[in-house]
Amino acid sequence: MRVVIGEGSCGLAAGAGAVHARLSELFEQDNPTGAELGITGCNGMCFLEPIVDVYDDEGSLHRLVKVQAKDADKIHAENIDDYLAHGGYQAIGKVLREGMSQEDVIAEIDTAGLRGRGGAGFSTAFKWRAARDAKGDRKYLICNADEGDPGAFMDRAVIEGDPHTLIEGMLIGAYCIGAQEGIVYVRAEYPLAITRLKKAIEDATARGYLGKNILGSDFSCTLRIKAGAGAFVCGEETALIESLEGKRGMPRLKPPFPAQAGYWLKPSNINNVETYANVPWIISNGGEAFAAMGTKDSKGTKVFALTGKVVRGGLVEIPMGKTLREVIFDIGGGIRDGKEFKAVQLGGPSGGCVPASKLDTVIDYAELGATGAIMGSGGMVVMDETTCMVGMARFFLDFTAKESCGKCVHCRLGTKRMLEILDRIVSGNGEEGDIQKLEDLCYAIKDGALCGLGQTAPNPVLTTIRYFRDELEAHIDEHRCPAGECRELITYSINKDACIGCTACARQCPVQAISGERKSPHEIDPALCIKCGNCKTACRFGAVVVR
Amino acid sequence: MPKPVSSDLSLIEPALDALADTPGSLIAILQETQETYGYLPMDVMEHISERTGTPISTIVGVATFYAQFRLEPVGKHLIMLCQGTACHVNGSELISSAITDELGIEDGQTTEDGLFSLKHVACLGCCSLSPVMMVDGQTYGSLTPDKAKKVLRGLAAQESEGGASA
Repeated sequence: MRVVIGEGSCGLAAGAGAVHARLSELFEQDNPTGAELGITGCNGMCFLEPIVDVYDDEGSLHRLVKVQAKDADKIHAENIDDYLAHGGYQAIGKVLREGMSQEDVIAEIDTAGLRGRGGAGFSTAFKWRAARDAKGDRKYLICNADEGDPGAFMDRAVIEGDPHTLIEGMLIGAYCIGAQEGIVYVRAEYPLAITRLKKAIEDATARGYLGKNILGSDFSCTLRIKAGAGAFVCGEETALIESLEGKRGMPRLKPPFPAQAGYWLKPSNINNVETYANVPWIISNGGEAFAAMGTKDSKGTKVFALTGKVVRGGLVEIPMGKTLREVIFDIGGGIRDGKEFKAVQLGGPSGGCVPASKLDTVIDYAELGATGAIMGSGGMVVMDETTCMVGMARFFLDFTAKESCGKCVHCRLGTKRMLEILDRIVSGNGEEGDIQKLEDLCYAIKDGALCGLGQTAPNPVLTTIRYFRDELEAHIDEHRCPAGECRELITYSINKDACIGCTACARQCPVQAISGERKSPHEIDPALCIKCGNCKTACRFGAVVVR
Repeated sequence: MPKPVSSDLSLIEPALDALADTPGSLIAILQETQETYGYLPMDVMEHISERTGTPISTIVGVATFYAQFRLEPVGKHLIMLCQGTACHVNGSELISSAITDELGIEDGQTTEDGLFSLKHVACLGCCSLSPVMMVDGQTYGSLTPDKAKKVLRGLAAQESEGGASA
């Protein structure tokens, strides 16, 4: 028997460390069957963390279609032997031992139809060919693990739970383009991922999977980690390269593309974690097997971080071609607390909100693009009737305005002006014509911004205008927030019929705005109320009303 | 700007010996500096400039570009309040108000007694536990305003107990 504790960042945050310590104690005291105690990374069911899986000798549960997260729940993240026992490093072995040429491997990736999983969805084979064909005495293979979208943590789970898959995928990529060195740019907010990846690189080097003459071939490659320092724009590939060179992470003008002149102006290839992590599976199982999953133009599987007002939040890996409805309702269990679904946000600050009428959209780069959102890196934040869509648009603009590096005028000033307009709308001071002004700014920024951050920054606002225009108009024309979220536009009151006078709300009120006798209905003084929402959280009878 | 202080420059020498001549290592050096001093003291940045030959303007430029770097010391307990999308949807703003209410500090500020600093951070990546805050590396999830206040009171109580026994 084997007992495995999920110790990704989520699990540890939920208390897996304490569970581990207690289980260790118990195992030491009494363990007649000789059960093993192991740890693993995220198994995806974050809503149930901390999680302990028990495997008998018969095998284990398999819940989802798993490709790159293959046997993550059987793999001890810090143990290379576990990875090897489950077919690890056999794909790079196949490439080197069978003497596959660079083109043989790239052709397989091409057959698979693998597209970049970081957001833009560019053909991986195309990028690899460009980097391979570029002339240069040194070439670099870079992994973008600067997972900056607020609300996305797919890549962290791969690195924490299955770092050797990433290493193997990068090795195959390095072989294809002729790189001697690989660099993983990991965001500083992921200390556990950095620790585990560091250990995995050391182990792989010690076993001869990294370093000189890998597996006795002519191919040599080393790998190192560079910790980011906290800048969303560094997810943009040329900004990431600037940051790798120790500079401010400001994007470069393209062309030249990184394939021609990247890190230290040498030919470089950049893909994100999930893209590389798909590669070993494709080489082992063949491009056709990968292409058999998904839609015409979007092949394979995609990992999503399903969060927000959903019943079962966590990581889900699904074949492309499923609908948003299937993911949110069948896998995610629908909306919490019996509320109504309102929208799902895809692609973070570069994406958009997709409304209920589009829930049957299939997960496919083009289909999602047509809604005004994007596939993105995999953030999927679900919103219910209590989420204000104008507030949501403001939230993202606030984010992009802060994260704008300042290099180009459109992004630096454009996002700021948009934020100002949205600020006045959510505070009830919106003016006639504001929607038009927002739209004009959106298109100007899309056309004029230098990099992907700026070009996509208007997307959350554009989808709000497209699908939730009525909410914008309610804010501007009627000074009303239909979702009851914008503080300046709402008032709290107590429904006398529902209130039983338990005093819970009054005790939670930080400004003593609630008065009333015990066992008789209470009242809120609107002049004192600061709209903190404590009373609504405290009331177990739904008597606090927001209008 | 930070107040002039004199830092023990010898503490950063090992990192400079290892990295000063490596091209592109400025961010790594600053990360080591922050790890050593808790923030980036101006005199240490000037020292880095002398040792590496990088203009001080470039160093300060990099230091102010990235969210990770601090130019002033932080309180004993650093509260990192997640501002990710999932936390926003699940009410991080209410948690922020609760912390301000409890400690009297806003984003980027430190309490007068030097015990707590509050920093709003980009996604901490535990979205299914949202709203989330991290204090001294420990994550507290599924927060309510009340729960957040209790955590802070617990830490403050530990401090006063520790102070009494010491």
